[in-house]
Amino acid sequence: MTKELENVTKIEEDTQKDKYLTFIIGKEVYGIEIKFVTEIIGIQQITEVPELPNYIKGIINLRGKIIPVMDIRLRFKKEAREYNDRTCIVVVEINDVFVGLIVDSVAEVVGISENDIVPPPDTSIGFNNRYIKGIGKIGEDVKLLIDCNMLLNDEECENLAMIS
Amino acid sequence: MSDSMNREPMLEMFIFETFQLLDELEQSLINSEKESGFESSINEIFRIMHTIKGSSALMLFDNICGLAHSIEDLFFYLREKKPKNYDSSEITDIVLCGIDFIKNETSKLENGMEPDGDSLELINRIRKYLKTLKSMNEEGDSLENNSEPESQELNPSQNHFVNSNNVAVSSKSYKYEAVLKFEEDCEMENIRAFSVVHDLKEIADIIYCYPEEVMEGEGDCEVIRKEGFRVVFATDLGLNEVKDRLSHTLLLKSLDVYVINDDISTSTVNSMVQDKEGEEKSNVSGKVPEEIVLNDETENLKPDDSNKKDKNETGGKHNPAPNNSSPLGKQSVISVNISKLDRLMDIVGELVIAEAMVTQSPDLAGLQLDNFQKSARHLNKITNELQDVVMSIRMVPLSMTFQKMNRIVRDMGKKLNKTIDLEIIGEETEVDKNIIERISDPLIHLIRNSIDHGIEETSEREKKGKPPVGNLILEAKNAGGDVWIIVKDDGRGLDKEKILKKARENNLVHKPENELTDKEIYSFIFMPGFSTSDHVTEYSGRGVGMDIVTKNISMVGGTISVESAPDKGTAFFIKFPLTLAIINGMAVKTGKSIFTIPTISIKKSFRVKDEAIIEDEHGNEMIMVRGEAYPILRLHKFYNIKTDVTNLEEGIIVMIENDSRVICLFADQLLGEQQVVVKALPRYIKKVRGIGGCTLLGDGNISLILDIASLINIKEV
Repeated sequence: MTKELENVTKIEEDTQKDKYLTFIIGKEVYGIEIKFVTEIIGIQQITEVPELPNYIKGIINLRGKIIPVMDIRLRFKKEAREYNDRTCIVVVEINDVFVGLIVDSVAEVVGISENDIVPPPDTSIGFNNRYIKGIGKIGEDVKLLIDCNMLLNDEECENLAMIS
Repeated sequence: MSDSMNREPMLEMFIFETFQLLDELEQSLINSEKESGFESSINEIFRIMHTIKGSSALMLFDNICGLAHSIEDLFFYLREKKPKNYDSSEITDIVLCGIDFIKNETSKLENGMEPDGDSLELINRIRKYLKTLKSMNEEGDSLENNSEPESQELNPSQNHFVNSNNVAVSSKSYKYEAVLKFEEDCEMENIRAFSVVHDLKEIADIIYCYPEEVMEGEGDCEVIRKEGFRVVFATDLGLNEVKDRLSHTLLLKSLDVYVINDDISTSTVNSMVQDKEGEEKSNVSGKVPEEIVLNDETENLKPDDSNKKDKNETGGKHNPAPNNSSPLGKQSVISVNISKLDRLMDIVGELVIAEAMVTQSPDLAGLQLDNFQKSARHLNKITNELQDVVMSIRMVPLSMTFQKMNRIVRDMGKKLNKTIDLEIIGEETEVDKNIIERISDPLIHLIRNSIDHGIEETSEREKKGKPPVGNLILEAKNAGGDVWIIVKDDGRGLDKEKILKKARENNLVHKPENELTDKEIYSFIFMPGFSTSDHVTEYSGRGVGMDIVTKNISMVGGTISVESAPDKGTAFFIKFPLTLAIINGMAVKTGKSIFTIPTISIKKSFRVKDEAIIEDEHGNEMIMVRGEAYPILRLHKFYNIKTDVTNLEEGIIVMIENDSRVICLFADQLLGEQQVVVKALPRYIKKVRGIGGCTLLGDGNISLILDIASLINIKEV
């Protein structure tokens, strides 16, 4: 019986492997590993919290749970944009930390096999890719795959928190 | 596999109940030691030991069971023989040792280890003591031949029962009394009882049954439902066979069978004991010869019932040994996993939000809906009540934690030869479960310190003209939106010079010494590794304690401070700020943000009319109220919030106080007061100055709770 259970977990893991949730910011398509994603919700009322880095928009009430939300646009140093009804919050859980990611819109779930992922170009060229851990190719399309840990635990963020 | 799965919840229950029972036992022991006699609490002690013995035997923890049994023997003797010349403090010592052993074993179980401690030494110690006690009372004449513990308790009066029982046995018919209870809602209890009687008639002579009408196939179902069906009968079959037969009855909820003896002249107390012994022996029947079981006698059920009722009243706990399950036993306390409670709280939060969404739906705007409004108000009332109840579930009174300190005070006082009176105030103060778990260790450290360093020896106290008995106060109270716990002694106080010297040695002084206030000097003792004691004692002196105290307290977001006066005493103040406690909060609005201020810190709120506003050279504003100047803290400036209300006359001033320091907050408007549950900010956000947490408002919005103490500190620095 234990063996069966193991198999079930394995299959479950397998179904999540190499699957990415893609979302759109401006013109680019980004991908995030599906295993981190817990749910996708529409934009909600956000309570501002003072003294936080500008990309942390505040906190939201997710059915009694209070989670911070991060605007990916601002995180990537892009221009802020008004939220509309296409704007989504992707709730991710990384190392027991829940964070909502505000994205322009959610696209789809795609499978990208490891062979189709290439490392990002070198930073020295001037490509701001600290949060990109790879580039996935699907046919002609290119998806930028986000490093979730980097997104949340970047030193910059720590420093900012310390300053405040 | 299925076996271990069955055992898990039982083990958990065992651990939980044993700890609770031991705490109770410790309490009643220490109380009775103070009264220097066990008369009042002996039944209580006996019951607890008996329960522990029963459940540990059931769980096959022989070492615990054996120890419990020997302690029970000791108290059995005390209760039966009422020896005059015993030392209650010595007995307390012995039993406390036993309690420690069982506690130790139980915590082993809790940590997933085997309870492998050896209780033999303790058991022998108890037996030896019991023997000396008996020989001191010159009643141990028949003891020499009896080396077995079971037979030790057979005192002369019991032997008498054995004889009389033998007479009863010789008539080749045992008498039993059985109490049967049926499943609830099984209906037709009278018919079921009748069928039991009918069944019994085949093997036994029915002597009596209650309600009597059952014999005719009638009888009141209500009575049977409430009190169970009672039947007395005589048969040649053994106890186990009878039990076996009766247990086949359909829809049976509980079954108790007792052996009865004709000798009715026995006193109530004796029959109680005998009954207890009977139960206990059938629990451990492997060890005891069958005849002894049968020789035990019960006059009738009443004394036993009253005893059990007493249990429920005093203990409020369910008797865990299934064999003992009392027909009248009621469970008034259950233990629930905290995570379930958290989930429940979240769901209720969702419910409140959903309710607001329905009742304030934009679709309803402008409609005249009298009936709807009426029902909505009703719904609102219920959800509010539900929310209150759910919030209160997590709150636990501090009494258990405080009562534990009695033991520490007693033990230490004895070892160090100091007489100390522990006064407990406000133990009913309720705090969140999480805090309770963390507060115990710091309190123990503080109390040990007070007794070891603070309170002087009796002779020294007398020289100083103080009452010879040291006084230690443990107090809890709600104040200023916080929970305060105060540990106060009337000892020699902290030695300022010594502390200062040590602080200098450890390079802790960063200010000119003449600028240091007393409070600052005393605060050095909270530094890691700081000890002024020249020698290390068993209890303190290594300088570790205070460090742990500070760490543990700050872990639940609390702070500690100390006040002291030479030869007057020392007082430690522990404060827990807004953790999960429920607080009354005043919601204020600034721009789009809503802040909650703990109502208890609010002195008053008012609009600026003609009060003088003063501005100093740094642009700090002050307001004059009744001749006093208070600094103004503009929330919108402080947190950089955009708002249209910047003119002091348009907004509202809220005067807040902490530690007798007062400042005025400036906000756009007051929104109203409500009870809120404090939630921590998400870990990811870390600390924001002046914010103590956040809370959900009735409509699902989030409000930030201001941490008044830190706001005032920021303003003053």
